[in-house]
Amino acid sequence: MFRRIYQWLDERLNIGPLWRDLADHEVPEHVNPAHHFSAFVYCFGGLTFFITVIQILSGMFLTMYYVPDILNAYQSVKYLQNEVAFGVIVRGMHHWGASLVIVMMFLHTLRVFFTGAYKSPREMNWVVGMLLFFVMLGLGFTGYLLPWDQKAYWATQVGVKIAGSVPLIGPYIETFLKGGDVLGAQTLARFFAIHVFFLPGVLLALMGVHFILIRRQGISGPL
Amino acid sequence: MSDKENGQGMSRRQFLTYTLMGTGAFMAAGILTPMLRFAVDPALKRTSSAGKVEVGKVDDFGPDYKLVKFKVKIKDGWHEEEAEKSAYIRNKDGKILALSPICKHLGCQVQWNTSPDRPNHFYCPCHNGFYDENGINVPGTPPQAPLDEYEVEVKDGKLLLSLTPKPRGGA
Repeated sequence: MFRRIYQWLDERLNIGPLWRDLADHEVPEHVNPAHHFSAFVYCFGGLTFFITVIQILSGMFLTMYYVPDILNAYQSVKYLQNEVAFGVIVRGMHHWGASLVIVMMFLHTLRVFFTGAYKSPREMNWVVGMLLFFVMLGLGFTGYLLPWDQKAYWATQVGVKIAGSVPLIGPYIETFLKGGDVLGAQTLARFFAIHVFFLPGVLLALMGVHFILIRRQGISGPL
Repeated sequence: MSDKENGQGMSRRQFLTYTLMGTGAFMAAGILTPMLRFAVDPALKRTSSAGKVEVGKVDDFGPDYKLVKFKVKIKDGWHEEEAEKSAYIRNKDGKILALSPICKHLGCQVQWNTSPDRPNHFYCPCHNGFYDENGINVPGTPPQAPLDEYEVEVKDGKLLLSLTPKPRGGA
Protein backbone atom coordinates (compact mmCIF):
# COMPACT_ATOMS: atom_id res chain seq x y z
CA MET A 1 0.00 0.00 0.00
CA PHE A 2 2.79 2.40 0.96
CA ARG A 3 4.50 1.54 -2.30
CA ARG A 4 1.34 2.45 -4.25
CA ILE A 5 0.99 5.75 -2.38
CA TYR A 6 4.65 6.52 -2.96
CA GLN A 7 4.38 5.71 -6.67
CA TRP A 8 1.26 7.85 -7.03
CA LEU A 9 3.04 10.81 -5.44
CA ASP A 10 6.29 10.17 -7.28
CA GLU A 11 4.57 10.13 -10.69
CA ARG A 12 3.18 13.59 -10.04
CA LEU A 13 5.83 15.26 -7.89
CA ASN A 14 9.05 13.43 -8.76
CA ILE A 15 10.01 13.14 -5.10
CA GLY A 16 12.66 10.50 -5.73
CA PRO A 17 15.57 12.95 -6.22
CA LEU A 18 14.52 14.87 -3.09
CA TRP A 19 15.01 12.07 -0.59
CA ARG A 20 17.82 10.45 -2.56
CA ASP A 21 19.80 13.65 -2.28
CA LEU A 22 19.24 13.58 1.50
CA ALA A 23 19.56 9.93 2.37
CA ASP A 24 20.94 7.86 -0.49
CA HIS A 25 24.69 8.14 -0.45
CA GLU A 26 27.65 5.81 0.00
CA VAL A 27 29.02 5.21 3.47
CA PRO A 28 32.76 4.61 3.08
CA GLU A 29 34.07 1.36 4.55
CA HIS A 30 36.30 3.05 7.12
CA VAL A 31 33.35 4.80 8.79
CA ASN A 32 31.06 1.75 8.80
CA PRO A 33 31.02 -0.11 12.14
CA ALA A 34 29.85 -3.24 10.29
CA HIS A 35 33.31 -3.42 8.70
CA HIS A 36 35.49 -2.18 11.54
CA PHE A 37 33.88 -2.06 14.95
CA SER A 38 36.16 0.79 16.01
CA ALA A 39 34.40 2.92 13.42
CA PHE A 40 31.64 3.45 15.98
CA VAL A 41 33.44 6.69 16.84
CA TYR A 42 32.03 8.02 13.55
CA CYS A 43 28.50 7.68 15.01
CA PHE A 44 28.82 10.49 17.54
CA GLY A 45 27.82 13.23 15.10
CA GLY A 46 24.70 11.31 14.11
CA LEU A 47 23.92 10.61 17.77
CA THR A 48 24.26 14.32 18.54
CA PHE A 49 21.72 15.02 15.80
CA PHE A 50 19.41 12.26 17.07
CA ILE A 51 19.41 13.68 20.60
CA THR A 52 18.93 17.19 19.24
CA VAL A 53 15.76 15.98 17.51
CA ILE A 54 14.55 14.52 20.82
CA GLN A 55 15.38 17.81 22.58
CA ILE A 56 13.39 19.82 20.05
CA LEU A 57 10.40 17.46 20.24
CA SER A 58 10.33 17.14 24.03
CA GLY A 59 10.89 20.89 24.38
CA MET A 60 7.95 21.65 22.11
CA PHE A 61 5.72 19.42 24.17
CA LEU A 62 6.95 20.89 27.46
CA THR A 63 5.89 24.38 26.38
CA MET A 64 2.29 23.11 26.27
CA TYR A 65 2.32 23.32 30.07
CA TYR A 66 5.24 25.55 31.03
CA VAL A 67 4.80 29.28 31.63
CA PRO A 68 7.81 31.63 31.81
CA ASP A 69 6.60 33.73 34.71
CA ILE A 70 8.22 34.06 38.13
CA LEU A 71 4.98 33.36 40.01
CA ASN A 72 3.93 30.35 37.99
CA ALA A 73 7.04 28.83 36.38
CA TYR A 74 7.92 26.55 39.27
CA GLN A 75 4.29 25.60 39.87
CA SER A 76 3.75 24.77 36.20
CA VAL A 77 6.88 22.59 36.12
CA LYS A 78 5.80 20.84 39.31
CA TYR A 79 2.35 20.29 37.82
CA LEU A 80 3.55 18.94 34.46
CA GLN A 81 6.07 16.67 36.15
CA ASN A 82 3.83 15.23 38.87
CA GLU A 83 0.27 15.42 37.64
CA VAL A 84 0.35 15.11 33.85
CA ALA A 85 0.63 11.62 32.38
CA PHE A 86 4.21 10.85 31.28
CA GLY A 87 5.26 14.29 32.49
CA VAL A 88 8.17 12.81 34.36
CA ILE A 89 9.26 11.00 31.17
CA VAL A 90 8.95 13.95 28.82
CA ARG A 91 10.73 16.31 31.22
CA GLY A 92 13.23 13.54 31.94
CA MET A 93 14.03 13.26 28.23
CA HIS A 94 14.68 16.99 28.04
CA HIS A 95 16.65 17.04 31.29
CA TRP A 96 18.94 14.08 30.59
CA GLY A 97 19.11 14.77 26.87
CA ALA A 98 20.45 18.25 27.61
CA SER A 99 23.50 16.76 29.30
CA LEU A 100 23.83 13.88 26.86
CA VAL A 101 23.83 16.13 23.80
CA ILE A 102 26.81 18.03 25.22
CA VAL A 103 28.63 14.73 25.90
CA MET A 104 27.93 13.42 22.39
CA MET A 105 28.96 16.70 20.82
CA PHE A 106 32.20 16.65 22.80
CA LEU A 107 32.96 13.06 21.70
CA HIS A 108 32.17 14.03 18.09
CA THR A 109 34.59 16.96 18.41
CA LEU A 110 37.29 14.65 19.80
CA ARG A 111 36.82 12.21 16.91
CA VAL A 112 37.06 15.00 14.35
CA PHE A 113 40.16 16.31 16.11
CA PHE A 114 42.02 13.01 16.45
CA THR A 115 41.21 11.80 12.94
CA GLY A 116 42.37 15.16 11.59
CA ALA A 117 39.06 15.59 9.79
CA TYR A 118 39.16 19.35 10.36
CA LYS A 119 42.11 19.80 7.98
CA SER A 120 41.94 21.38 4.52
CA PRO A 121 39.50 21.63 2.80
CA ARG A 122 37.19 21.19 5.82
CA GLU A 123 38.35 24.05 8.06
CA MET A 124 35.11 25.99 7.66
CA ASN A 125 33.04 23.05 8.84
CA TRP A 126 35.16 22.93 12.00
CA VAL A 127 34.34 26.60 12.51
CA VAL A 128 30.63 25.96 12.00
CA GLY A 129 30.91 23.04 14.43
CA MET A 130 32.48 25.29 17.07
CA LEU A 131 29.65 27.80 16.62
CA LEU A 132 27.19 24.92 17.07
CA PHE A 133 29.03 23.99 20.28
CA PHE A 134 28.61 27.49 21.72
CA VAL A 135 24.97 27.70 20.67
CA MET A 136 24.36 24.38 22.42
CA LEU A 137 26.09 25.66 25.57
CA GLY A 138 23.87 28.76 25.36
CA LEU A 139 20.81 26.53 25.16
CA GLY A 140 21.99 24.68 28.25
CA PHE A 141 22.63 27.92 30.14
CA THR A 142 19.28 29.54 29.29
CA GLY A 143 17.28 26.33 29.78
CA TYR A 144 18.75 25.80 33.25
CA LEU A 145 16.97 28.91 34.60
CA LEU A 146 13.50 28.01 33.36
CA PRO A 147 12.29 25.73 36.23
CA TRP A 148 12.89 28.77 38.48
CA ASP A 149 13.95 26.76 41.52
CA GLN A 150 16.84 27.53 43.88
CA LYS A 151 19.40 25.70 41.75
CA ALA A 152 18.26 27.48 38.61
CA TYR A 153 18.27 30.88 40.25
CA TRP A 154 21.70 30.73 41.85
CA ALA A 155 23.35 28.98 38.91
CA THR A 156 22.14 31.79 36.68
CA GLN A 157 23.24 34.39 39.22
CA VAL A 158 26.75 32.92 39.05
CA GLY A 159 26.69 32.58 35.26
CA VAL A 160 25.53 36.15 34.77
CA LYS A 161 28.23 37.41 37.16
CA ILE A 162 30.87 35.50 35.20
CA ALA A 163 29.61 37.11 32.00
CA GLY A 164 29.78 40.44 33.83
CA SER A 165 33.48 39.96 34.56
CA VAL A 166 34.41 40.42 30.90
CA PRO A 167 36.67 43.50 30.62
CA LEU A 168 35.02 46.76 29.54
CA ILE A 169 31.74 45.40 28.11
CA GLY A 170 31.06 43.01 31.01
CA PRO A 171 28.49 45.19 32.84
CA TYR A 172 26.57 45.72 29.60
CA ILE A 173 26.46 41.98 28.90
CA GLU A 174 25.24 41.38 32.44
CA THR A 175 22.44 43.93 32.16
CA PHE A 176 21.50 42.60 28.73
CA LEU A 177 21.26 39.04 30.06
CA LYS A 178 19.28 40.06 33.15
CA GLY A 179 17.05 42.42 31.21
CA GLY A 180 17.38 44.92 34.04
CA ASP A 181 19.11 45.46 37.37
CA VAL A 182 17.77 42.42 39.15
CA LEU A 183 17.73 38.75 38.26
CA GLY A 184 13.98 38.30 38.14
CA ALA A 185 10.85 38.51 36.02
CA GLN A 186 12.53 40.05 33.01
CA THR A 187 15.44 37.63 33.15
CA LEU A 188 13.12 34.64 33.07
CA ALA A 189 11.10 36.08 30.18
CA ARG A 190 14.15 36.75 28.02
CA PHE A 191 15.88 33.48 28.89
CA PHE A 192 12.73 31.71 27.76
CA ALA A 193 12.65 33.68 24.50
CA ILE A 194 16.33 33.00 23.87
CA HIS A 195 15.93 29.32 24.77
CA VAL A 196 12.91 28.51 22.60
CA PHE A 197 13.12 30.98 19.70
CA PHE A 198 16.49 32.61 19.10
CA LEU A 199 19.02 29.87 19.81
CA PRO A 200 17.01 27.01 18.23
CA GLY A 201 16.68 29.15 15.09
CA VAL A 202 20.44 29.72 14.98
CA LEU A 203 21.02 26.05 15.81
CA LEU A 204 18.88 24.81 12.90
CA ALA A 205 20.52 27.21 10.47
CA LEU A 206 24.02 26.17 11.54
CA MET A 207 23.11 22.47 11.42
CA GLY A 208 21.85 23.01 7.86
CA VAL A 209 25.20 24.55 6.88
CA HIS A 210 27.10 21.79 8.74
CA PHE A 211 25.30 19.05 6.78
CA ILE A 212 25.46 20.81 3.42
CA LEU A 213 29.22 21.18 3.83
CA ILE A 214 29.57 17.47 4.65
CA ARG A 215 27.67 16.55 1.49
CA ARG A 216 29.66 18.97 -0.59
CA GLN A 217 33.09 17.97 0.73
CA GLY A 218 32.44 14.30 1.42
CA ILE A 219 33.55 12.32 4.45
CA SER A 220 37.28 12.61 5.14
CA GLY A 221 39.50 9.68 4.26
CA PRO A 222 40.78 6.93 6.57
CA LEU A 223 43.71 7.45 8.92
CA MET B 1 12.38 -9.55 -6.22
CA SER B 2 15.50 -10.18 -8.29
CA ASP B 3 17.62 -11.62 -5.48
CA LYS B 4 15.03 -14.04 -4.18
CA GLU B 5 16.54 -17.25 -2.90
CA ASN B 6 15.18 -20.56 -4.26
CA GLY B 7 12.50 -18.54 -6.05
CA GLN B 8 10.22 -18.38 -3.00
CA GLY B 9 9.79 -16.56 0.30
CA MET B 10 11.18 -13.19 1.14
CA SER B 11 14.29 -11.73 -0.42
CA ARG B 12 17.22 -10.85 1.80
CA ARG B 13 16.88 -7.20 0.85
CA GLN B 14 13.20 -7.13 1.72
CA PHE B 15 13.81 -8.85 5.06
CA LEU B 16 16.45 -6.24 5.93
CA THR B 17 14.19 -3.42 4.84
CA TYR B 18 11.36 -4.68 7.05
CA THR B 19 13.70 -5.23 10.00
CA LEU B 20 15.20 -1.77 9.74
CA MET B 21 11.82 -0.10 9.26
CA GLY B 22 10.42 -2.04 12.19
CA THR B 23 13.28 -1.06 14.47
CA GLY B 24 13.03 2.55 13.36
CA ALA B 25 9.28 2.59 13.94
CA PHE B 26 9.75 1.04 17.37
CA MET B 27 12.25 3.72 18.36
CA ALA B 28 10.12 6.54 16.97
CA ALA B 29 7.11 5.17 18.84
CA GLY B 30 9.14 4.95 22.05
CA ILE B 31 10.00 8.62 21.74
CA LEU B 32 6.66 9.93 20.52
CA THR B 33 4.20 7.90 22.61
CA PRO B 34 5.02 9.55 25.96
CA MET B 35 5.01 12.99 24.33
CA LEU B 36 1.65 12.52 22.65
CA ARG B 37 0.07 11.03 25.77
CA PHE B 38 1.51 14.00 27.69
CA ALA B 39 -0.09 16.43 25.26
CA VAL B 40 -3.57 14.86 25.23
CA ASP B 41 -3.67 14.36 29.01
CA PRO B 42 -6.24 17.13 29.68
CA ALA B 43 -8.71 15.41 27.37
CA LEU B 44 -8.34 12.10 29.22
CA LYS B 45 -8.36 13.44 32.77
CA ARG B 46 -11.44 12.83 34.87
CA THR B 47 -12.77 15.88 36.63
CA SER B 48 -14.50 15.36 39.92
CA SER B 49 -17.44 17.64 40.52
CA ALA B 50 -18.95 16.13 43.63
CA GLY B 51 -20.18 18.33 46.44
CA LYS B 52 -22.72 21.05 46.97
CA VAL B 53 -22.57 24.75 47.45
CA GLU B 54 -24.85 26.90 49.57
CA VAL B 55 -26.54 29.80 47.79
CA GLY B 56 -28.86 31.22 50.47
CA LYS B 57 -32.05 30.60 52.43
CA VAL B 58 -34.98 28.89 50.76
CA ASP B 59 -37.23 31.72 51.92
CA ASP B 60 -35.21 34.19 49.84
CA PHE B 61 -36.63 32.75 46.64
CA GLY B 62 -40.10 33.44 45.29
CA PRO B 63 -42.05 32.59 42.15
CA ASP B 64 -40.03 35.03 40.05
CA TYR B 65 -36.50 34.21 38.93
CA LYS B 66 -33.64 35.63 40.94
CA LEU B 67 -30.03 35.58 39.75
CA VAL B 68 -27.65 34.41 42.47
CA LYS B 69 -23.90 34.42 42.24
CA PHE B 70 -21.81 31.98 44.20
CA LYS B 71 -18.15 31.00 44.41
CA VAL B 72 -16.86 27.59 43.45
CA LYS B 73 -13.27 26.42 43.95
CA ILE B 74 -11.78 25.34 40.66
CA LYS B 75 -8.41 23.80 39.91
CA ASP B 76 -6.99 24.94 36.58
CA GLY B 77 -3.77 22.97 36.28
CA TRP B 78 -1.32 24.55 38.74
CA HIS B 79 -3.69 27.47 39.29
CA GLU B 80 -6.46 27.30 41.86
CA GLU B 81 -9.06 29.96 42.25
CA GLU B 82 -12.57 30.69 43.40
CA ALA B 83 -14.53 31.10 40.22
CA GLU B 84 -17.84 32.91 40.24
CA LYS B 85 -20.78 30.96 38.94
CA SER B 86 -24.40 31.97 38.80
CA ALA B 87 -27.86 30.44 38.64
CA TYR B 88 -31.41 31.63 38.02
CA ILE B 89 -33.49 30.28 40.90
CA ARG B 90 -37.21 30.38 41.55
CA ASN B 91 -39.47 28.71 44.09
CA LYS B 92 -42.86 28.30 42.47
CA ASP B 93 -45.68 26.05 43.71
CA GLY B 94 -43.31 24.46 46.21
CA LYS B 95 -40.92 23.39 43.49
CA ILE B 96 -37.45 24.89 43.31
CA LEU B 97 -35.89 25.28 39.86
CA ALA B 98 -32.26 26.34 39.53
CA LEU B 99 -31.11 26.98 35.96
CA SER B 100 -27.67 27.61 34.59
CA PRO B 101 -27.55 30.90 32.66
CA ILE B 102 -25.15 29.48 30.07
CA CYS B 103 -26.85 29.47 26.67
CA LYS B 104 -27.00 26.02 25.07
CA HIS B 105 -26.31 27.50 21.64
CA LEU B 106 -22.74 28.80 21.96
CA GLY B 107 -22.18 29.49 25.62
CA CYS B 108 -23.12 33.16 26.14
CA GLN B 109 -24.93 34.34 29.27
CA VAL B 110 -28.71 34.44 29.08
CA GLN B 111 -30.81 37.11 30.86
CA TRP B 112 -34.26 36.79 32.38
CA ASN B 113 -36.97 38.94 30.91
CA THR B 114 -34.82 41.58 29.22
CA SER B 115 -36.10 41.36 25.65
CA PRO B 116 -39.24 43.40 24.89
CA ASP B 117 -39.96 40.98 22.02
CA ARG B 118 -40.82 38.12 24.39
CA PRO B 119 -41.58 39.07 27.98
CA ASN B 120 -41.02 36.42 30.66
CA HIS B 121 -38.48 34.57 28.59
CA PHE B 122 -34.78 33.95 28.99
CA TYR B 123 -33.01 35.92 26.30
CA CYS B 124 -29.56 35.37 24.88
CA PRO B 125 -28.27 38.56 23.20
CA CYS B 126 -25.56 36.87 21.16
CA HIS B 127 -27.83 35.28 18.53
CA ASN B 128 -31.34 36.10 19.79
CA GLY B 129 -31.94 32.79 21.50
CA PHE B 130 -35.04 32.39 23.68
CA TYR B 131 -36.12 29.99 26.42
CA ASP B 132 -39.55 30.04 28.04
CA GLU B 133 -40.23 30.59 31.73
CA ASN B 134 -39.33 26.95 32.48
CA GLY B 135 -36.01 27.27 30.67
CA ILE B 136 -37.22 25.27 27.66
CA ASN B 137 -35.75 26.52 24.39
CA VAL B 138 -38.20 28.21 22.02
CA PRO B 139 -38.26 26.36 18.68
CA GLY B 140 -37.10 28.49 15.76
CA THR B 141 -34.46 30.27 17.82
CA PRO B 142 -30.82 29.11 17.84
CA PRO B 143 -30.67 26.99 21.05
CA GLN B 144 -31.36 23.28 20.49
CA ALA B 145 -31.80 22.23 24.12
CA PRO B 146 -33.24 23.53 27.41
CA LEU B 147 -31.04 25.36 29.89
CA ASP B 148 -29.00 23.06 32.15
CA GLU B 149 -30.39 22.49 35.61
CA TYR B 150 -28.63 22.40 38.96
CA GLU B 151 -29.66 19.69 41.38
CA VAL B 152 -31.15 21.32 44.45
CA GLU B 153 -31.20 20.22 48.04
CA VAL B 154 -32.80 21.91 51.04
CA LYS B 155 -31.05 21.49 54.37
CA ASP B 156 -32.04 23.34 57.55
CA GLY B 157 -33.87 25.96 55.51
CA LYS B 158 -30.83 26.56 53.33
CA LEU B 159 -30.65 25.96 49.62
CA LEU B 160 -27.75 23.91 48.26
CA LEU B 161 -26.84 23.49 44.57
CA SER B 162 -24.77 20.81 42.88
CA LEU B 163 -21.44 22.09 41.56
CA THR B 164 -22.12 21.38 37.90
CA PRO B 165 -25.46 21.76 36.17
CA LYS B 166 -26.81 18.79 34.22
CA PRO B 167 -28.48 18.84 30.80
CA ARG B 168 -32.22 18.26 30.70
CA GLY B 169 -34.13 16.29 28.11
CA GLY B 170 -36.99 17.55 25.94
CA ALA B 171 -37.27 20.57 23.74
